[in-house]
Amino acid sequence: MIYLDNHATTPTDPRVLEAMLPTFKEDFGNAASRNHAYGWRAEKYVDKARQQVADLVNCDPREVIFTSGATESTNTAVLGAARMHAERGRHLISCETEHKATLDCLKYLETQGFEVTYLPVDKTGQVSAEQVFEALRDDTILVSLMAVNNEIGTIHPIPEIGKGLAERGVLFHVDAAQACGKILVDFEGWNLSMMSVSGHKIYGPKGVGALIVRRRKPRVRLEPIMHGGGHERGFRSGTLNVPGIVGLGKAAEIARLEFEEENSRIRKLRDKLHEGITSQLDYVELNGHPDERHPGNLNLAFSFVEGESMMMGIDDIAVSSGSACTSASLEPSYVLKALGVGEDLAHSSIRFGIGRFNTEEEIDETIDKVVSTVRRLRELSPLYEMALEGIDIKSIQWNAH
Amino acid sequence: MAYSDKVLDHYSNPRNVGSFDKGDKTVGTGVVGAPECGDVMKLQIQIEGDQVVDAKFKTFGCGSAIASSSLATEWVKGKSLDEVLEIKNTDIVEELNLPPVKIHCSVLAEDAIRAAIADYKSKQQESVDS
Repeated sequence: MIYLDNHATTPTDPRVLEAMLPTFKEDFGNAASRNHAYGWRAEKYVDKARQQVADLVNCDPREVIFTSGATESTNTAVLGAARMHAERGRHLISCETEHKATLDCLKYLETQGFEVTYLPVDKTGQVSAEQVFEALRDDTILVSLMAVNNEIGTIHPIPEIGKGLAERGVLFHVDAAQACGKILVDFEGWNLSMMSVSGHKIYGPKGVGALIVRRRKPRVRLEPIMHGGGHERGFRSGTLNVPGIVGLGKAAEIARLEFEEENSRIRKLRDKLHEGITSQLDYVELNGHPDERHPGNLNLAFSFVEGESMMMGIDDIAVSSGSACTSASLEPSYVLKALGVGEDLAHSSIRFGIGRFNTEEEIDETIDKVVSTVRRLRELSPLYEMALEGIDIKSIQWNAH
Repeated sequence: MAYSDKVLDHYSNPRNVGSFDKGDKTVGTGVVGAPECGDVMKLQIQIEGDQVVDAKFKTFGCGSAIASSSLATEWVKGKSLDEVLEIKNTDIVEELNLPPVKIHCSVLAEDAIRAAIADYKSKQQESVDS
């Protein structure tokens, strides 16, 4: 089997697992046990991990709050900031292609009397800084945007937006789940207020993440969503997941030290995959920005062929699709829809996510499998037949059910 | 979600893939679904007397949709038009072990069969009228 779905999750790096093991065995203490060596040792592990995360994202270690994952981090940031600052205003800004963790929080806030502006993206999936600033109102209290999109890999112009929002005194939360370790993330340099970090997207374990919360200039205040003891400076109560935190820290350290070499290798593999497929197949479109893109992401629309049937055809290669048939809700990808790609192409899209452990042989095999599967399915496709006959599919009146 | 063996079989070895000449008087063509929905089936039947002697299909859709339409072409061959109209989507669901989320694929296949027959019948009507 070949795993090319690294946006969904990544394998835990063996070095990360190695680092975590002692905390399941002899070093099992509760990091909040202040009065004995078990607690002190656990606390040391946690302090080290805090520094490792801070070094990856360029923040102060005291700004690192450990959570159960980026979803919880985003919930804390969005709901926590909204509730804390509701007296000042009730307007928030985000964009149409955000992760569900952000969108569902915003939908919830809308039921609680908040107003949200969802900025549309251009056909590469980007919002512009101008769009953000133009949408600001006197009562805007928070802007939330992801740095790198999980489906199409598009990178937003975060530094420019961060600078402008800091000048205007508006809180800025960035979901960096897919960004850490893939682009140079700079919490301080980007002038961010809060940032979500995910463990299992950077070859760490699942069930752990971080929320970076600015301490100075300005000090960002949030209402916590987890109550019960005041851990993590009151931002996130609950006994620390020491094993997970150690794993996150080690993953962050590896991501920082191996950044250049890894991303240049992954980018080459991604470009080879892209070239290999498009040099042998026609009617293939790239979804997302061609340059400002996650180095391992390739999201392609294969016209006239449906995504799930393609995945069946390349069945020993793990990828994901924007097709409705592959989602529990039977809705096609809302991210692809927001690009204006057209629902038919959303159904024909496959997302490849190349990662640390993929090899060139795997890419070569994938190219062959994808090309032969698409060719076979196009022979079965009435739409391909029509295209070859010169019929414009968009002009047909369909009998939809 | 694991696919049933029968769906996998039809997917890997689809029966009766291809096209007849739409203009041929003995051919009925049914096209149902829409690209925006992720499902388009084209099912064609060739009639001699009142019997379906051959059938072909092409489908844009998931594995279950491909299997449903492939199965449909198998089933209609050798049947009279009246017998073909008795084929229900639930028969397809049962034969292929389709899970609830894929039942609509079988409905589309049944629609395709009926559309093909309707097309054939309207062609016969036209040549009677003209």
